[in-house]
Amino acid sequence: MTAALWLAGVATILALLSAAVSLLAMRAPHVLRLVVMPLFGLAGLTALAAGLAALAQGGTATAELPLGLPWLPWRVRLDALSGLFLCVIGVVSFAVGLYGPGYVRRFERGRDPVTALGGFAGLFLAAMLLVVLADDAFLFMVAWELMSLSSYFLVAFHHDNAANRRAAFLYLLMAHIGGLAILLGFGVLASFGGGFAFDAMRGAQLPFFWASVAFVLAFVGFGMKAGLVPLHAWLPEAHPAAPSHISALMSGVMLKVAVYGFIRVVFGLIGQFHWQWGVAVLVIGSISALMGVLYALMQHDLKRLLAYHSVENIGIIFIGLGLAILFVDNDHAALGAVAFVAALYHCVNHAVFKGLLFLGAGAILHSANERDLENMGGLLRRMPWTGLFFLIGCISISALPPFNGFVSEWLTFQAALQAWQLDSGVLRSLVPIAAAMLALTGALAAACFVKVYGVAFLGQARSRHVRRARPVPLSMRAGQGVLAVLCLLLGVLPTSFIGLLNEVPRQVLGQGLPHATAHGWLWLTPISPGTASYGAPLVALALFTAVGLGLWLFGRGIRRVRRCDAWDCGFAPPSPGMQYTATAFAQPIRRVFELLFLIEEDVTQQEDGQLRHRLQVRDRAWGMLYLPIARAVEKAARQVVRLQSGNVRIYLGWSLATLVVLLWVIA
Amino acid sequence: MSASSWVLALLQALLYAALAPLLAGWVRKVKARLQNRRGAPLLQPYRDLYKLFAKEARMAHTASLLFRAAPYIVFIAVWLAASAVPLLTTGLPTAAIADVIVIAGLLALARFFLALAGMDVGTAFGGMGASREMFVSALAEPAMLMAVFTLAMTAHSTNLASVVDYQLASHDVLRPSYMFALAGLVLVAVAETGRIPVDNPATHLELTMIHEAMILEYSGRHLALMEWAAQLKLLLYGTLLANVFFPWGVAQGTGPSALGQGLAVITLKLAALGVVLAVSETVLTKMRLFRVPAFLDLALLLALLGLLSHVILEVGA
Amino acid sequence: MSLEHLPLLQQFMVVLAAMALFTSFVLLEQARLVSAIHAFAWQGVLVTLVTLVVASSGGQTHLFFSAALTLGLKALFIPWMLHRLVRTLELDRHSEPLQRPALVIMAAVALVIFSYWLVLPIVQQELMFTRNIVAVSLAVVLIGLLMMVVRQQAVAQVLGFMSMENGLFLAAVSATGGMPLIVELGVAFDVLVAMVLFGVFFFQIRESIDTLDVDRMNRLTERGDDA
Repeated sequence: MTAALWLAGVATILALLSAAVSLLAMRAPHVLRLVVMPLFGLAGLTALAAGLAALAQGGTATAELPLGLPWLPWRVRLDALSGLFLCVIGVVSFAVGLYGPGYVRRFERGRDPVTALGGFAGLFLAAMLLVVLADDAFLFMVAWELMSLSSYFLVAFHHDNAANRRAAFLYLLMAHIGGLAILLGFGVLASFGGGFAFDAMRGAQLPFFWASVAFVLAFVGFGMKAGLVPLHAWLPEAHPAAPSHISALMSGVMLKVAVYGFIRVVFGLIGQFHWQWGVAVLVIGSISALMGVLYALMQHDLKRLLAYHSVENIGIIFIGLGLAILFVDNDHAALGAVAFVAALYHCVNHAVFKGLLFLGAGAILHSANERDLENMGGLLRRMPWTGLFFLIGCISISALPPFNGFVSEWLTFQAALQAWQLDSGVLRSLVPIAAAMLALTGALAAACFVKVYGVAFLGQARSRHVRRARPVPLSMRAGQGVLAVLCLLLGVLPTSFIGLLNEVPRQVLGQGLPHATAHGWLWLTPISPGTASYGAPLVALALFTAVGLGLWLFGRGIRRVRRCDAWDCGFAPPSPGMQYTATAFAQPIRRVFELLFLIEEDVTQQEDGQLRHRLQVRDRAWGMLYLPIARAVEKAARQVVRLQSGNVRIYLGWSLATLVVLLWVIA
Repeated sequence: MSASSWVLALLQALLYAALAPLLAGWVRKVKARLQNRRGAPLLQPYRDLYKLFAKEARMAHTASLLFRAAPYIVFIAVWLAASAVPLLTTGLPTAAIADVIVIAGLLALARFFLALAGMDVGTAFGGMGASREMFVSALAEPAMLMAVFTLAMTAHSTNLASVVDYQLASHDVLRPSYMFALAGLVLVAVAETGRIPVDNPATHLELTMIHEAMILEYSGRHLALMEWAAQLKLLLYGTLLANVFFPWGVAQGTGPSALGQGLAVITLKLAALGVVLAVSETVLTKMRLFRVPAFLDLALLLALLGLLSHVILEVGA
Repeated sequence: MSLEHLPLLQQFMVVLAAMALFTSFVLLEQARLVSAIHAFAWQGVLVTLVTLVVASSGGQTHLFFSAALTLGLKALFIPWMLHRLVRTLELDRHSEPLQRPALVIMAAVALVIFSYWLVLPIVQQELMFTRNIVAVSLAVVLIGLLMMVVRQQAVAQVLGFMSMENGLFLAAVSATGGMPLIVELGVAFDVLVAMVLFGVFFFQIRESIDTLDVDRMNRLTERGDDA
């Protein structure tokens, strides 16, 4: 196990090295794609190896670093939970490292400093690794702040655009509010545990009230970073502003680090399970999932749409975590383990397919210089490999068999279906209702990705620069390909992967999933073979052989397919403008769910007689939560401004008064 | 799970594919009789499929590789989903590979590719069909899963063979939750298979189409596969409703007499369901698109009431 | 005691209670008054059937009279009177869809879960299965009251009030085997008198302010000069 810890240390050092090397890029910009990105990828690979070793061996390893304060040295710890999240970070970072050289080439001749891109990306990766390895609150908070700051600079990379600056400011503001909540949570735990080390906090015995306070603070703090509704407003602003490979890292990995923080603090440090917490997490998770996907459907900026889908998937992860808390509090630790594994599997899945989708969006941006779905179309012909990988990403995120998104949703449903074992009748009716909301979310996500793929890659190009899209370089295709293959493997071999991560529930909840792998690698039976089983490899085998056979039998030379015109009712041939737009595709759903949005729509007639239709769909959380808070803060600030009279003597008078009061208090 | 049961499972899957056009033909025949016509012969769908397979397939200039591959994917996915539903007997291992959530997932996969195929050619009709289909299915999905949950919470399993066995084992129990779940699932089945009052399978007016609009550009063997897949979906839902809610007569072993009995019983049940479907299609009219949410909300309400009846009235403790 | 262990007749009662709950949801959602009156009539039929089941299993003859009374009054006479009233007031083509149907249905479901939670502490052994039917009846009462809150038409409010009474009757019959006959006769005639009075009042209200919308009847405030 200590070997794995060493490997994790090497990964961190490689990440810091990649940040340091990008200082050289000031003189020689091509260093970024020749040295920095490969180092980044290598750091990811090392982290993946460390994580796999940690999961395979079990147990824990701790070490004390000679850094930090003299009486509060930094402690690191590698156990199964950290190992799993190291794998998540490592896999996406490796893919980004493969993808990077092709993508960052366009920045080399640009105005934005390439040094910043490489340097802060390396710092970002190193900070995330340290968060996952931290074993005391001090190192955790330092690494957390470093993570937020370095990603702030990355979000503000294209800073000449005012919208990006605003997005970066909002992100920084909310990251700090969240960080403050986490710090206060640690404060509560430390006061009861008698120290800032996690071991001390683990031993603390908190009364129910203070445990709930710590839980709420951790939920708010980590939930804000993870993007739960209503604290999600920064996500759809910040993720699109960053360069695409950074968006992949932020959406795929950083949000998972927030989930890791939540699990570590609530499941590990607080260590108590109460059904009220479970219900709160379940409810907020369900609302986030539904609102996330509904807002995503209304977007036609591709990256903003993907950002809202991250909100949805984080909601699904928290549904699993809420179910786990509910079951464990009701003395059904085995079922809690099923829900927990479902949440963890979805963490891995989401990192992989969201990373894939963002890398694909970056490829589209690179080739066609376009982010708006309404201008895309027919890209499958110009970028066939990216089209294939993006299709795999779309199928995975829509939770369709045989890919990975389906497995985690199947596990979550199986966990929810065991609600009949709960004691409370009210809970027995609430959990299936939450599961039905999850089903609605899944169906809406499929609708959204039919829209995305259909509008972007199929049909005809809706603008000239998209019709002439450039081909995608090999490194970008390789990065996406790695993640696409992983999507398939995670979907087809779920039993093996669950066997691999079985150590995590065993360490966190005290119980693993013994039945899951009991019947061999073919069958996934999380609860028992009689209750539910899924033969993923068989389904995938049947699908692929049958489809392959059909295509081979019928697609051979003798039966060539001739081309002709499409059906046009006998009028003029269909032009690209006659196709369904993304907004049009989502219109029925917008109409049915219109109460949940803030829709402004009007049709005006301009001077030249042309009609102009304007549609704006905004997030309700802005009007209901953020604007009132902003107004209240401004009003309070205006009151405080009265203290500023401008007179030096009055300021000195204030200092004197404060000094006197402090001396009196200390005395 | 011996080798013979796997062979029997394969035979059952082939039987599904063979029976699907017959059910479609039966429904069409009954509808024609109700409308005072003689109607096409019972075996006409088989002849139509044969004709389409023999014809040349054409593709629009703007269609891509996905357009060509989609009919195969759609057909295979629906066929796999259908073969997991117990048709003749519950003693086969197919239900252990794919439980009812996997069946819903496979149907969703088929629908995904069907919608993408609709959008592939770049005409307004395909986009319209795809948008409407995803809209209707998004609203139908929670109702279907809620009804399925009611079944699974009673039988403590999502494996369809176990659910049917549980029903057969508990003789003569009147469950209000099953009644509500049945009503909800019937409404969902009508929406998902594209029958009146949600969608008219015999329409040729493009602006009223949902399913037909997505396959408008297909011809030849591709169209044959899409039509066959739609017929298989109807058979799937019919078998699901017949065997789960009225399980009397389903065989539980794999001997030849058991299989024969199962075949006879399922034929009778499907014939009855076909008559009910034909009558409802004749009596009801197709709703406009924005009335469909009200229809599916009713399905969701029924499924929800089924769940609540189960929790409140049936569990007791 | 779960459902499998009950005798068939009691299972049938459970089914009827569930269907009565369904009719109260239908009553809540119906936009057209005539269909709502029909749903109310079916609710009356279901309550009658429950009374008959209890009567035949318990052997109490006065419950047969109760059943006949309920059928005559709740399922036939009152719906007929309301139908005639609606026809005279020319409201039969009038349709008033719910303002926020999703919210109203969610509120109704929440009321069902709430009534279940309320009756959970009742654990008397022989009342175990009837406790669940009492939960359903309480839900019918609460949904009737909800209907009176969300509907603007006065006739629809009367239907809500009547379905509340149905729910109470259902609870009484299933939990205690029916009320004494005197009490039932009294209640039934009270309801009848209330109906007649409603009819008379509706005509008067319509004559004076030309509408039966309850929201227009809120001029009874301090500023009475513009009434």
